[in-house]
Amino acid sequence: MGDVISAALIVIGGAFMLLAGVGILRMPDLFMRMQAATKAATLGAGCMLLAVAVHFGELTVVARALLVIAFIFLTAPVAAHMIARAAYSVGTPLWEGTIADEFRDQLQTPAGTETGEGSTASPDPRTPVEGEGTH
Amino acid sequence: MSILAFTLMEGAVTLGLAMAGLGMFLAFARLVLGPSLPDRVVALDLIGLIAVGIIAAYDILTEQPVLLDAATVVALVSFLGTVAFARYVERRRQDG
Repeated sequence: MGDVISAALIVIGGAFMLLAGVGILRMPDLFMRMQAATKAATLGAGCMLLAVAVHFGELTVVARALLVIAFIFLTAPVAAHMIARAAYSVGTPLWEGTIADEFRDQLQTPAGTETGEGSTASPDPRTPVEGEGTH
Repeated sequence: MSILAFTLMEGAVTLGLAMAGLGMFLAFARLVLGPSLPDRVVALDLIGLIAVGIIAAYDILTEQPVLLDAATVVALVSFLGTVAFARYVERRRQDG
């Protein structure tokens, strides 16, 4: 029974990691790539570590596996948030079909610009990219 | 019974390792041809996460739970590297 659960968790984790790889290669935008890579790979690594915990079943192994799972689940969103914020402030181009860009409005509010009806016509607060990042 | 369970486990671990390795290859392709630096940083972070999963699967294959410590270290170094790269990207914008 434990072996069946462990085997299923291993296969599910591998499938999620394959999905993360496909997502990071095929998504059109850095931020979409990031949401594919971070979430799917976090779930995949969590499934595989849970399979280790189920398979061995000893206290020390289970404790270490749960420790690694907790560490990944705590640090992966933090790392993704930091790199997304840095990438946005550098001026990474968004996908041309992007509808919502709320962080841009939030960025220009403390700069003294009025957030009225003309906020869409205000200049881009982000610095332009130097030649790289074209699609 | 035990022979059957062993082959089930071995097949599942082999399949999981194959899929995770393919995912790591795709992430490596993004690392090579990613147009900007943040793309490469995200690909490197993904490679670190997949490496943790591969170490966990290899744990089961070789019956060596000691390798979980290596998984801990890989996860730690991957997180620190991503944070350092994020700081570097942001600082590079301010300087130049």
